Amino acid sequence: MSILLQQIVNGLVQGSVYALVALGYTMVYGILGLINFAHGEVVMVGAMVALMVVQLLITSALAPVLVLLIALLVAAMACMALGYGIERIAYRPLRNAPRLAPLITAIGMSIVLQNLAMMIWGREYHPFPALLPHSPHLLFGAIINDVQIIIVLVALAVMAGLLLLVHRTRLGRAMRAVAENPGAAMLMGVDVNRVISATFMLGSALAAVAGIMVSVNYGIVHYYMGFMLGLKAFTAAVLGGIGNLRGAMLGGLLLGLIESLGAGYIGDLSGGIFGSNYQDVFAFFVLIAVLVFRPSGLLGERVAERA
Amino acid sequence: MRNVLNHLLRHERRNAWAAFLLAGIVLLVLPFATDALLGRGWVRIMDFALLYMMLALGLNIVVGYAGLLDLGYVAFFAVGAYTYALFGSPQFGLHWPFWAVLPMGALFACIFGVLLGAPTLRLRGDYLAIVTLGFGEIIRIFLNNLNAPVNITNGPQGISQIDPVRFGSFSLGSSHSLAGIVFSPVHLYYYLFLLFTLLVIFVSMRLEKSRIGRAWMAIREDEVAAEAMGINTRNIKLLAFAMGASFGGISGGLFAGFQGFVSPESFSLMESIMILCMVVLGGMGNIGGVILGSVLLVLLPEALRNGAGPVQQALFGKVVVDPEALRMLLFGVALIAVMVLRPAGLWPSAQRRRELVVDDAAIAEQEQETVYDAAK
Repeated sequence: MSILLQQIVNGLVQGSVYALVALGYTMVYGILGLINFAHGEVVMVGAMVALMVVQLLITSALAPVLVLLIALLVAAMACMALGYGIERIAYRPLRNAPRLAPLITAIGMSIVLQNLAMMIWGREYHPFPALLPHSPHLLFGAIINDVQIIIVLVALAVMAGLLLLVHRTRLGRAMRAVAENPGAAMLMGVDVNRVISATFMLGSALAAVAGIMVSVNYGIVHYYMGFMLGLKAFTAAVLGGIGNLRGAMLGGLLLGLIESLGAGYIGDLSGGIFGSNYQDVFAFFVLIAVLVFRPSGLLGERVAERA
Repeated sequence: MRNVLNHLLRHERRNAWAAFLLAGIVLLVLPFATDALLGRGWVRIMDFALLYMMLALGLNIVVGYAGLLDLGYVAFFAVGAYTYALFGSPQFGLHWPFWAVLPMGALFACIFGVLLGAPTLRLRGDYLAIVTLGFGEIIRIFLNNLNAPVNITNGPQGISQIDPVRFGSFSLGSSHSLAGIVFSPVHLYYYLFLLFTLLVIFVSMRLEKSRIGRAWMAIREDEVAAEAMGINTRNIKLLAFAMGASFGGISGGLFAGFQGFVSPESFSLMESIMILCMVVLGGMGNIGGVILGSVLLVLLPEALRNGAGPVQQALFGKVVVDPEALRMLLFGVALIAVMVLRPAGLWPSAQRRRELVVDDAAIAEQEQETVYDAAK
């Protein structure tokens, strides 16, 4: 019982990170209909920038929590600038190009960012200083520490804020209008280019938050950390129904749970033939199974026949 | 008049034959010229260029013709390579001949293609992309972990000492000399790969013009309309997966024989992405474009690898940034630049070119007519 609960706790923590990154994918997809392959790299840049700020301020007299907040702010700003730049350079010139062209520029962007990061920060794993208390708590037999609680709470707060922004503000209404029909939105006086830029910046800011969460949780930052995380988050977005905000949140949390439960139980389920090294296989199998029965994800609307 | 036309036609045919002959001689002499001018390493790179050409042409069937975005194509390459490796290495003590194992690899890859295609027929666009990506990862993870409880794939260490391609007692794994010219293994494999590449090109060309090819393109343009025209979209889509997969399987078998070693590392997601880049960058759906794309994307990183260090040395007197990182950085920049400047690829198919050039005058005229009709 306590093992089950422990796996659920781990899954929720991992899932909240996935959900935040998945939101970035899904927002861009909802508006432009393209997979922003470079989004995982934005997460990595966020973590790296935060690490630089923390290293700079850690010797000062500031309180650790304050240091982390400043790092978060700087990283979010850097990522927003990066997201804006990515859209301007790699996607805007291809707005009316064949569907696969922006996919290739996205891959090119991802390669460029990874290698730039390798040049600037090197190949080695950087330790991320522990700024938050790590004291463990016992919750019905499962262990959860402060950092994990903070991650889940922050993720929930950010998601609630995003939903408010999208459904209650002028910018949110403009975003939904552009997602519905860019041409009609433009005729109604919406500055489509500005809305798209804003969407990229918003997604990138969420990526920065997620990047810092990962680095605080695992205490390690690496130039390659964004790739796999981005892939998982994209999977989560598709699982929930890409283009749908609530779907990305649900998909992220579910994928985190599936992975940790899979890692914990796959051995027992298969009679010891498959070990926890098959956890990704398990996650992808669940994804395929879900898509076979619901071809547009859990919460996705039915896609028009011509995709 | 008629005589002149006939004469011209015959002349043209003669020119075509001359061009064919010239291209043939160039292709035959190329490995030796490269060997002499650039070194043995570049002949090896050319071998890889041919392998990737086959892979890209195979993926072109799925992505370029049928319009199904496949991000896990390397899985079929892996199936072909491991089939060859398992039946022609000390792993199981089997040493089946090349002509039996290669078709078997193609067949297994084909079966896997159908296995992937069947459940995903209803998926569209990017949903298909993520499922194929997952499929590629599943295959790689299995290859990585199937060393326990029963050792099949030897896990992350991979399978080594794979038999070279052998025709009777003539092995491509050792040097042979003919009329004073020494053919080393890289040369021999070059000719083998060239043969298979030409075969793949020929099959692709015939497919493109065939009933099946036209059905694929109809599905790519509009699946509902294609179905309404009486095309059995389910079977035709499965056929695209199966065909593309078996091309991948053949290249995989050739790769295993050439390398003598396979490990799961060679079949990562990045490989799938590279093959997709070759197809899209060169010009989706156009055989010439795909060939151009694969040659460029194999040669460019290699040229950058040899250039990145020395050029820095010459410019700044020392190596300022890690050449390996710089090489990939420039490669990424090249991908972005080419796609931004030529969104349909370097050498798009004639049809795609037409679609992209919007004739404003014609559209205006059309709109005027609609307005006129509405007023009437």
